[in-house]
Amino acid sequence: MKIAISATGNTLDGALDQRFGRAAFFLIVDPDTSQFEVINNEAAGAAGGAGITSAQTIVDKGVKAVITGNVGPNAMKVLNAAEIAVYRGVSASVRANIEKFKKRTLEKIDNAVPSHFGMGLTGGQK
Amino acid sequence: MKIAVLSGKGGTGKTTVSASLAYSLGACQYIDCDVEEPNGAIFLKPDLQESYQVKVPVPEVDQAKCNGCGACVKVCQFNALAVIKGKVLLFSEICHHCGACSLACQTGAVHEVDRIIGVVETDQVQSFLHGRLNIGEPISIPIIRELKKRINKDLPVILDCPPGASCSVVQSLEDCDYCILVTEPTPFGLHDLKIAVALVKKMGIPFGVIVNKATENQRMIQDFCKENEIGILMEIPFSRKIAEKYSKGILPVQDNPEWIKRFQEVYAKVERGVNQ
Repeated sequence: MKIAISATGNTLDGALDQRFGRAAFFLIVDPDTSQFEVINNEAAGAAGGAGITSAQTIVDKGVKAVITGNVGPNAMKVLNAAEIAVYRGVSASVRANIEKFKKRTLEKIDNAVPSHFGMGLTGGQK
Repeated sequence: MKIAVLSGKGGTGKTTVSASLAYSLGACQYIDCDVEEPNGAIFLKPDLQESYQVKVPVPEVDQAKCNGCGACVKVCQFNALAVIKGKVLLFSEICHHCGACSLACQTGAVHEVDRIIGVVETDQVQSFLHGRLNIGEPISIPIIRELKKRINKDLPVILDCPPGASCSVVQSLEDCDYCILVTEPTPFGLHDLKIAVALVKKMGIPFGVIVNKATENQRMIQDFCKENEIGILMEIPFSRKIAEKYSKGILPVQDNPEWIKRFQEVYAKVERGVNQ
């Protein structure tokens, strides 16, 4: 089974990225072997629709679950349609989050945060 | 002649200036391009009789014809589509109505349908026009475009622009002959004036400044204009009386005929600025 984790760096020791749509990287990880593939998230800099395209990217990788911080409404719609489970990661390394996932101690996210939640005070641009 | 009134910063007095100018000229066309918060009507009290729906084309997918190839998703520059388990998901509010998805579709499954995003409303003779964008809609450009289609070439036209300096302002300014930049003597006013100046310079439109809420002891706008050789068209003083009338929906020109003369003088200066 493969899972996707939003990450600020391209290694297992980098931190979880709290943003889903605008995450810097996605690591596609096999939790059993810790083998992983790095995806440079091109949608991070999109003017709009970042969550939709990020979700499409990881859906196309055939993952069964996502670990991230916050997921916006559009990304959630795509992930739900693909029947991908979404888990709220903790502020720690990707590796620590994988361990928690394996121990089933991560909380499952069912609700999206509002649009542009992770864009700070300048968010919500037109 | 088309005169755009903009400011960068909100709340500096765009509507005060553009509505006052329209009121003072009499025979002219006033167009409120601030379609998210149109409020010129509060002061000019038009008898709105015509209403036109503004529609944009958005994709619709015939799932029976769709083979889930994802060509529409790949071609979309705005990330408005996704294909999951062979089914297309649409996010119409993100769509910029370019039609690329329907062109890219090889099976004829994607076609365009109209979606209503707001209205254009006018009085009977189209001397007053404003647009209203529906709540929750992110793209105002098509409504501004519809407003500008109705420009009367035989009259002076005053376009009350949205705040800021982004797409909706650029759309409002395009093809205008002159820009009036309204500002106030505060650090915010000056900061955003500089952005507005950079924008109109880039677009190559002649412009002048109106200082609203002007006082004797705050001269930062005048200093900036002097330094940069920008003409000041008028100063409207910081006045409790003006503010009180304004709060009741009364413009300075509606309260004191002296202001009508002053706004007519502004128009004369604008005419000279255009012809220079």
